[in-house]
Amino acid sequence: MPNTSIMTFNILSILPVLILAGFGMMVLVVDVLSSRKMGEKNFLAYLSLIGVVIAAFLSKNFTGTTLFSFYGAYTIDNYSLFFQFVFLLCAGLTILISKNYVQRENINYGEYYTLILFSTIGMILMASGADLLNIFIGLEIMSISIYILVGMKRTRLTSNEASLKYFLLGAFSTGFLLYGIALVYGATGTISLRQIAVFIAGKGGVLDPLLLAGMGLIIVGIGFKIASAPFHAWVPDVYEGAPTAITAFMAVGPKAAGFAAFLRIFFIAFGQVHQDWEKIIWILAVLTMTTGNIIALIQTNIKRMLAYSSIAHAGYLLIALVAANNMSVSAILFYLLAYLFMNIGAFAIVIVISQKEDSFLKISDFSGLAYKHPRLAIAMTLFLLSMAGIPPTAGFVGKFYIFSSAIKSGYVLLAIIGVINSVIAVFYYLRVTVAMYMRGPEREFQPLTLSPFIFVAIIISIIGTIQLGIFPAKVLEIAQRSILLLR
Amino acid sequence: MIHYLPILILFFIALGFALTNVGISEILGRKRPTKEKLTPYECGVEPVGSAHERFSVKFYLIAMLFVVFDIEVVFMYPWAVAFKSLKLFGFIEMLIFIGILLICYFYIWKRGGLEWE
Amino acid sequence: MEPYLFYVMAATSVVAALYLIFEKNPVFCALYLVFSFINIAVLYVLLEAQFIAAVQVIVYTGAIMVLFLFVIMLLMVDVKKKQKDDLPFQRIPAMVMGFVLLVVMGLAIKSKLFQGREGEYTSAKVESIGHTQLIGKLLFTDYLLPFEMTSILLFVAVIGAIILAKRKV
Repeated sequence: MPNTSIMTFNILSILPVLILAGFGMMVLVVDVLSSRKMGEKNFLAYLSLIGVVIAAFLSKNFTGTTLFSFYGAYTIDNYSLFFQFVFLLCAGLTILISKNYVQRENINYGEYYTLILFSTIGMILMASGADLLNIFIGLEIMSISIYILVGMKRTRLTSNEASLKYFLLGAFSTGFLLYGIALVYGATGTISLRQIAVFIAGKGGVLDPLLLAGMGLIIVGIGFKIASAPFHAWVPDVYEGAPTAITAFMAVGPKAAGFAAFLRIFFIAFGQVHQDWEKIIWILAVLTMTTGNIIALIQTNIKRMLAYSSIAHAGYLLIALVAANNMSVSAILFYLLAYLFMNIGAFAIVIVISQKEDSFLKISDFSGLAYKHPRLAIAMTLFLLSMAGIPPTAGFVGKFYIFSSAIKSGYVLLAIIGVINSVIAVFYYLRVTVAMYMRGPEREFQPLTLSPFIFVAIIISIIGTIQLGIFPAKVLEIAQRSILLLR
Repeated sequence: MIHYLPILILFFIALGFALTNVGISEILGRKRPTKEKLTPYECGVEPVGSAHERFSVKFYLIAMLFVVFDIEVVFMYPWAVAFKSLKLFGFIEMLIFIGILLICYFYIWKRGGLEWE
Repeated sequence: MEPYLFYVMAATSVVAALYLIFEKNPVFCALYLVFSFINIAVLYVLLEAQFIAAVQVIVYTGAIMVLFLFVIMLLMVDVKKKQKDDLPFQRIPAMVMGFVLLVVMGLAIKSKLFQGREGEYTSAKVESIGHTQLIGKLLFTDYLLPFEMTSILLFVAVIGAIILAKRKV
């Protein structure tokens, strides 16, 4: 221990995290020092955006390297870098769609951006953590930031309710996760994912009951974060009550981070006992898809509908987790990236349509949009079609790879259930499109002002959705290189 | 475990002392309760209203900030104990940790979290 | 002597927890919880985990319970008013499931299937180096990253306190 020096743990490996933390704190300090009125503090968004961009460039520099820093607690490989890219893109797009939204809704606090940056740190830790402690701390930083972000609109009761609900249930699920980690530690005497795998291999791939119980509790804890049924009850209320930009953020970020940790824990630590967890995840996947899609059919509020759709998407992603082959990791990575573009795009348009105080959030408020704002209607249709998985969009390619990975591992029934679910899903996505194109306007459309920020975000989302749909090869190749070192 | 014996003995002495005193006054003391004697003592003035009043939410904010900085201090115990073997390296680590929370403190201060508004 | 101390402390902490559940006055509930926590702190000492015991007293019985008491004072729930049972249909299933859980836990303990494994840090090793010393060394070398990230976590907690609980931001 006396020979420890700064160099042995390679502080440069967490440079993106340091940048995010630094900029997060800078935004706060600048905010409290500035004497301008809240609505005029444009620099908060600029500063945090610069932070995200710098972090993205720094993390790009690591491409191709594999290294373990901080005594093996932090991993940099293509897998975690892909996730870092997803998280940073998610944070960047969220900041873009937030800029005018927070000024419109009077919540332009520096804290808002700081918390987005800090929760991105948490996500990065979850994707890079090589032991359960790091994953846990990352998950806590991410979740607590988002509990607060959900309640940011302090004057609206639904926002308060959503924050409290999410916090209480989230804290409870964290308890499950932590208890699971404790049991795993008790059974194996280690929290390092690789050491757990070594321990299981030493036992000949048989789990003792303590380890099994720990694994089950970890599934519950992470299942809550990715909003899988039956741990999904919080999703609609929280997504509806949260500020819309935050709904977009939390539909993508925590889900991606949850899957990052899920894959790492279950492929590396519990990879050899696949037969012990595949049935549970199988059931979870079917339940999640079906619940999400069927309840989404009867929603009248667009945010609630998208909430149930996000549950359904978690179900599709779980299919690939069950399959557990090399293809499934790249399928999940690809799908998450596609989901990022289409989801944030759709929410960006919801933000534009909903107007001040989020007054227009019913699906019927979209009626006749195509006649008044044809370009917005086309963009919305594109995102919805992509979510439904219709070619030539990103969602189609993503679903295609997920279902083929399931078939490759022999889960034909699961793939069929997935396809049936995608067909059901088309109904409710099309309902919005039908409202936009086939019905007359039920209300006066005020002239919509599309700020350059949200415009850029929508354009990026459109490009992403189409690019991944028509030319998926390049991204797929990167995703294929980003597989975890299995077994 | 044997080095906790003094603490245990002290615990029993303290317990015994308290019980004996209360017990003796219970046995020897004379009790002539009147209505005046049984009312809560408020510096000799007649009690105004109930003592069960709702606290202001401001206390709550202070208590929460206290919890956070309390946890910060807890981390310093093992640091102080292991300081000799950690050397300069440990010092820098703690400096970063406290530095971040110092920015945090600055933020609270400037936001007016310490003011009694 | 240690086993006896364990049984005494375990029994009192369970009794305190029972009082906590059945007590009507929330302030007394909080005090019973304090009592239970202190008993548990003694159990940590018996396990050679002095640092955890100290943290239990400093953070839980000190800071967190103050917070609890503030919340109780803040809400000022009327103890005399009978609380309406909003979920009467859950009563019987809850009792049944609670009993089943008790049986399952008893069986699990009796079966000795949940043995666990002694890790790298045996109690003999902990005793020879010193618990706090060992935690200090590990926390500031092997677990440096989680430690530093805790400061971000605390920062987030402070932001939450300010933004959600402060009257005017």
